[in-house]
Amino acid sequence: MKILVPVKRVIDYNVRPRVKADGSAVDLANVKMAMNPFDEIAVEEAMRLKEAGIATEVVVVSCGLPACQETLRTALALGADRAILVETDVELQPLAVAKLLKALAVQEAPQLVILGKQAIDDDSSQTGQMLAALMGWPQAVFASKVTVVDGKAKVAREVDGGTETLEVSLPAVVTTDLRLNEPRYATLPNIMKAKKKPLVTVKPADLGVDVAPRLATLKVAEPAKRKAGAMVADVAALVDKLKNEAKVI
Amino acid sequence: MSRESMEYDVVVVGGGPSGLSAAIRLKQLALDAGREVSVCLLEKGAEIGAHILSGAILEPRALNELFPDWKERNAPLNTPVTEDRFMFLTEGASVRLPTPPSMHNEGNYIVSLGNVCRWLAQEAEALGVEIYPGFAAAEVLYDEQGAVRGVATGDMGVGKDGQPTANHQEGMELLARQTIFAEGCRGSLTKQLWSRFDLRRDADPPTYGLGIKELWQVEPGKHKPGLTMHTVGWPLPTDTYGGSFVYHLDDNLVSVGFVVGLDYPNPFLSPFEEFQRFKHHPAIKPTLEGGRRIAYGARVLSEGGLQSLPRLTFPGGLLVGDTAGFLNVTKIKGSHTGMKSGMLAAEAVFELLAFETPANEAVAYTDRLKASWVWQELELARNIRPSFRWGLLGGIAYSALDTYLFRGKAPWTLHHHADHLQTKKAADCKPIAYPKPDGVISFDRLSSVFLSSTNHEENQPCHLKLKDASVPISLNLALYDAPEQRYCPAGVYEIVLDADGSNPRMQINAQNCVHCKTCDIKDPTQNIEWTVPEGGGGPAYPNM
Repeated sequence: MKILVPVKRVIDYNVRPRVKADGSAVDLANVKMAMNPFDEIAVEEAMRLKEAGIATEVVVVSCGLPACQETLRTALALGADRAILVETDVELQPLAVAKLLKALAVQEAPQLVILGKQAIDDDSSQTGQMLAALMGWPQAVFASKVTVVDGKAKVAREVDGGTETLEVSLPAVVTTDLRLNEPRYATLPNIMKAKKKPLVTVKPADLGVDVAPRLATLKVAEPAKRKAGAMVADVAALVDKLKNEAKVI
Repeated sequence: MSRESMEYDVVVVGGGPSGLSAAIRLKQLALDAGREVSVCLLEKGAEIGAHILSGAILEPRALNELFPDWKERNAPLNTPVTEDRFMFLTEGASVRLPTPPSMHNEGNYIVSLGNVCRWLAQEAEALGVEIYPGFAAAEVLYDEQGAVRGVATGDMGVGKDGQPTANHQEGMELLARQTIFAEGCRGSLTKQLWSRFDLRRDADPPTYGLGIKELWQVEPGKHKPGLTMHTVGWPLPTDTYGGSFVYHLDDNLVSVGFVVGLDYPNPFLSPFEEFQRFKHHPAIKPTLEGGRRIAYGARVLSEGGLQSLPRLTFPGGLLVGDTAGFLNVTKIKGSHTGMKSGMLAAEAVFELLAFETPANEAVAYTDRLKASWVWQELELARNIRPSFRWGLLGGIAYSALDTYLFRGKAPWTLHHHADHLQTKKAADCKPIAYPKPDGVISFDRLSSVFLSSTNHEENQPCHLKLKDASVPISLNLALYDAPEQRYCPAGVYEIVLDADGSNPRMQINAQNCVHCKTCDIKDPTQNIEWTVPEGGGGPAYPNM
């Protein structure tokens, strides 16, 4: 069984994002980038399925700038077998990515597509769902446990107050939640070996996909600064402030 | 289980200007000679540039030699210096002084050194250098004869208790015929090499400064690209060496920073708070008002110059850049000398590699340095820094004499003292009352560290090692009022008390560490040892 794992290059989760002075976007100039942490969990899950003898090949794919190669090399260092970069400098939105992934899913015919439930930069949480819809495949999103038996995947999802377990027939799309697994380190020897693994580059046009953005970003703003708190003398003063200043009671 | 290993011709430890220049030069020489030389470069930061912090004004002399066509290669040198101002500050007023010749910056560029390194790394990779960021060299390896054989990266996935976690991964041995140590100021492996090979036997003690820097985005009307300003005087007392820099880069960015010589005597002094109150001076504050602070960081720099240079070579390896200490104090620049030292090291190593002798010493490196402009520069500058033992005015007076009358050729050489020994007892000094930060121009440590994007895997052993765990309280607190609370610019060291104010304990918040290395230098009994944490940890500086 082949697994396709899409990975996104995003601003590193340790970096404090800063909005550009003109409010058009988050400033990414010379900022440390890394693999979307949810996608790292997806790569790890695919590797565990491979190591368990269920999967035979793990193919990783990323869409975007040439620098996404670094993200793919990281995935290869984590154990993926080969990588595909869909290279474009167009701003990619979830629908465009889902269409690119659809084209690759048709080509590669994986039994399972595992990807992060969302990317930590735009928090859209749409790509996996859109891909499933475009392919007409079942989807099991926000997975916290995945088992694959007899052409079916059993997926546990954390829901309010408990766990819901779904069973989907393969091929299917699974998106990963935070507690699915703890990804391994990319070791130096594996990073060295990853340099020699195959990585092919294609263009959106090669896949016959129009990636032009459908949504326009009007404005990006930082959250309002939290105002300093104040100490009140007694309960009466607190009630007075809540009533007259905050106007919440 | 034995560690995996890999053999290279040359391993470079550290991806700063000197290490990258060494790697690039090696590949250029190999290309010219039609020979194969394999070069591997390790960097402890999560990416190249992540741990680089400098003013910075770059004198392009070494870069011109390394890449004469750096402009066509799009090196990020975008802001030529257009004006130099040198000021003496008193509380509330400023006097413009004549700019000393060494601080004239015509032909130099205001840069982000981190971005210069990012660019150098691209060039290095294009030449075939294998660069591995996120891996710290944690251990020097030696062969049976005692020569350096390479380095090993640290283990990943070791818990707080020192036991391997489920994700444990062993480090890797990187073996080389020559290992180039380019760790930057106060390298942790370099320190081991000092004692192993007795490299400091004939050198003065090293002396350092702590540089703290912020990057500001200012109102467009206040931005004068190319303007540089240096100040001495207020707020530092006259017995303390130091001063500020303010550089106007492109894109409305202003880099503002403060350097304090770590031989300051008063244990109550806090370099961080001196910097914060400095920004309120009427000569500075108007520039920053209405702007916003976007980055923060700190790093020590070598101020010892020629007198403090250790022996630079030993069997199997050598030291380049600021871990050796090539900074020129009078120019307050070390990138150009660091880069040149890396290039000269590469030339000496390349010659040595042609001979099939095992692990040898690249002694030609020192000879090449002595014949180069690096040595000339450092020789002329050698007496300036030590003259500040006579205080600010004595230092300025001597420096004027040395510069204008002797032109750096005085028939004597002044010597350095070890920084940690200069700290006086708290009982003999006056506490300093620093103003509270206003949250607009000045800030506290924690909100500052936040802007450095510093992160360390939480479950790992503390990388700041105490030789004796009782010293921070029994000695440092008792005699020096625990100066580590104040000299650390990242709030790593904290004295915590019980609710009733008793039972003081030292708490080390190692995850805040910005890898500046001040503690390793300034601790009064040298009880703190800075070691590398798990690879990839530390700050993630953008544009610094």
